[in-house]
This record gives sequence, C-alpha cells and structure tokens, in this order.
Amino acid sequence: MVTSAYKKRSDGRKFDELRPIIAKVGVVPSADGSAMYQSGKTRAIAVVRGPRLLHPKHMENPEKGILRVTYQMMSFSVWDRIKPGNSRRGQEISKVSEWALNEVVDLDAFPNSVVDVIIQIPQADAGTRVAGINAAAMALAQAGVPMREMIAAVAVGKMDRTLVVDVDKEEEDFEEGEGPTDVPIALTSRSNKIVLLQLDGKISVPELRELITMSKAGCKKINEVQMKALKEPGKEVKG
Amino acid sequence: MTLPGLQKDRIIEYLAQGKRFDGRKPEEMRDISVQLGISENAEGSCAVKFGKTEVYAGVKMSIIEPYSDGPDEGTLSVTLELGAMADDEFDLGAPKIDAIEMARVIDRGIRESGLIDWKKLCIVEGKKVWQISLDIYAINNDGNLFDAAALAGLIALANAKLPVYNAETEKIEHKLSNVKVPLIKENMSFNLTVHKVGDQFVLDPSLQEEEASDYRLGIALADNKGEPRITAMQKGKEGGISEIDMEKILNLVESNFKELNKKIVKLVWS
Repeated sequence: MVTSAYKKRSDGRKFDELRPIIAKVGVVPSADGSAMYQSGKTRAIAVVRGPRLLHPKHMENPEKGILRVTYQMMSFSVWDRIKPGNSRRGQEISKVSEWALNEVVDLDAFPNSVVDVIIQIPQADAGTRVAGINAAAMALAQAGVPMREMIAAVAVGKMDRTLVVDVDKEEEDFEEGEGPTDVPIALTSRSNKIVLLQLDGKISVPELRELITMSKAGCKKINEVQMKALKEPGKEVKG
Repeated sequence: MTLPGLQKDRIIEYLAQGKRFDGRKPEEMRDISVQLGISENAEGSCAVKFGKTEVYAGVKMSIIEPYSDGPDEGTLSVTLELGAMADDEFDLGAPKIDAIEMARVIDRGIRESGLIDWKKLCIVEGKKVWQISLDIYAINNDGNLFDAAALAGLIALANAKLPVYNAETEKIEHKLSNVKVPLIKENMSFNLTVHKVGDQFVLDPSLQEEEASDYRLGIALADNKGEPRITAMQKGKEGGISEIDMEKILNLVESNFKELNKKIVKLVWS
C-alpha cells in the first residue's frame, strides 16, 4: 500500500464507493424523453426533443439524423454565480457528451432530422458532465431513440496517491501531495467501450489502468439504477 | 406551436359556454406546488409548478458599486431562460425577445411594488451594496410560464439569505448568514396574466389557450387593505383592448383578487 495524504473521504464513503444515487425518468412532460440523475448533491436533468426537422437546413445530413447536445449549468448551481446561457466550458462539455452519446444512438432511420438533448444542472458538487450523460442516456431511451446499448458515466480520480470513484467537489479541490486528478469516463453498457475520457492532473500508467477498472464497476452499478428507473417512469429509484 | 384552426375554434366554442378543456372554470387556476431549496449553492431557490408547467428560480448575491442615483441602495437583476428544455418551440441559443420581455416585466413587478428594502442592502454608502441576481429557468411549458416564473421569483427571494460579509477582508465568505434578504412583506405584489380567448377572459391559460388568445394583459397586484393595488402592467401580443373589455378585465381582477392574494401570500411566506 502506497502512503498517501488522502486517507479518508470526508463523507465516509469507501474509496470505490459511489455517492447515493437518485434516478427518475419522465420529469419534463412536454419532452419526448426526460430524466433526472442525482449523485450525492450533484443533480442533472436531461430532456430529449426529436427526431425533428433540423434548422439551419445546411446542417442537415441526407444519410442519417444528427444528435445535438446542449449542456448548461444553472447560474445558481454553484457558489460563484455563473452568467446564464452558453459558456465556452459549456460548449466543450456539450460536444464531448455528444460524441459519447453518438456512439450508441442509431439515427439511420431519420435522415435530415435532429435529436436534441438538453442538459441542465440545477445543483453542482462536481461530476456534472457525467451526471448529465447518465440522465441523457435515460432520456434517449425513454424517447425511444434507437440505441445499440446504454451508457453510464462516472468521474474517477486520484487524491494525492489515493484512487477514488465518483469524485466530489471537496476532493476535486484536494491540494496536498500530488493534488487532485479528475478523470470523467463514460462506458457503453455491453461492449464496455470508453466513449468519454478526459483527464486533469498527473497520474502514472498503472494508476490510470486501475482507475479504468474501478470505473467499470461504478458504471455497472449506475447502469443497473438507470435500467430500474426506465422500467418505472415517474418513480424515484435509489441506488 | 401553431394551433390548428379547428382546435382554436373548439376552445373558443367551449369557453363561450364557460368551459375549458381541462374542466376548469375560466377564472380558475391550476394547482400550484412549491419545492424549496433545489440548489444548496443558491442563497434561495425553488421549483414552482402550475399544473404541468414548471420553472426553477434561484437567487445569488454579490457585492457591487452602487449606481450614482442610489448610492445607498442595493440593486436587482432578473434573467429568464426560455430554453429548449421546456418547449419544442424554444431555441437553444441566446435569449429571444419573449424571454427578455418576460424577465423585464417580472423585474418591474418586484421593483415597483417596493418589496425589496433597498437601503438595507447598502454595505458602505457610495462604495458597496448588495446586488440580487434572480435567475429563472423554464423547465416545462404547459402554458402561463409568465405567472409561474414571477411567483417562483418571489418565493426564491422570500427564502433567500445574505452570505456572510467579512468587513475586514471586504469579501463575501463561502457561507450564508442567518439574515434574510430584506423584504417588506406587506408590499409584495404578484403577477396575474389575463388572456382574451374569443369573447372570454381566462386566468392561468393552458398552452393551447395561450396560442388561441388575441392578447394578454399582465398585471402585478399588491394588497392595499384587502383591495387590489396595481403596481405594474404590460399588454402583450397584437390585439387591442376595447373599453368594454378593459372594464371586464378590471372586474375580473377585483372579484378574484382576495382569494388569489390569500393563496399567493401563503405560498410565498410559509
């Protein structure tokens, strides 16, 4: 066992333990699909609208439909108010989430159309992009958008030398030793493909290997909650 | 949404007999529900539902230099996001004129009522005052986002606390005090939007009724010893209000004010 300055998680979780999950499908009645995914204090809502006609027209693809993801944090979701609307950070996260979800949706049957996924974060305690992806995958499934498999996502990380699953804000700010490393990962549910992978910090190859393994167990558990919530729309499912 | 002509005709026909598709009377509101504290990082926040219409509102406080015309007064800024989350017709991008108009009307309703005790938001005269940022998000549109958003704004304000201000460092600390955002309760006004549909007037319109309406009149109402006091107004959409219609609207306001005010007061202050 390596020595690490990060010895105990402040919320009492085991290092490989997810925060308490609440998932609910069908939270926005006017949408084609919608879902809420909460991990600890981080909460995301995702809505699916479409397939529908695409504007502007020059973006249309005559071969198949396109997926368009818009991720935003609400101004009051964090302590330092965020200006409402699109930010550079938001646009980047929208794009990487879009790439992740695009890997599993099959829009061949919808040429010239768009499926819009809108993700909002009302309350944030780190891991908002992975919570958004978890909610979005459920919303897409509820909307009946053809999907080859599901997606689950989690932020794994390293505080000094300690590897953890489901990094919260306090951990993200851990500055001792080697400091924090944050690795949001999204995995497909059957083929276990990595469809989102970002990393901030410093980490060795064996440690990263270990983190990816840890993310698989986490995502498996998240996927079970997602599937349960999809079976019972309108019900809060806990995990 | 563009409402098919036939459906519009049916709504108007129905209303002429005093009926609405969802079984309500013309002046009847849908059930209103409130959930407080949707973000623990907000100074005050809530979700408000009018039937299936849902909005989120949150208050954040910051310190700014006061405007020259009010050196000892705090300030308020209201934004509203009508994003694609809430409605197929809403855009993904920058705020459109509907959202700007709605935010400004809500802003005026709060401002003109005298609800906020501006002078109590002063920290150092001429130098530092609190700014209230009230941000409202449409989550699901099933009609009457206007009144739902305005009410959510009031409830978020009523539940907002000031962050701790450290006079030595001259900075806000990352925690809330026990001091509420200073409000003068008895000055509160709420927004009531009246829509003219066919020859009838409805409160709390459904999405279809909104589409079928000729015009709307948004009225901010405060309680003046049991009588309504109007603190802001805005006519929306293209139609014109005839003399006789104006009289009907004012009568509708007078006859429904007491009961509505009682309900809103309870929702905001409990």
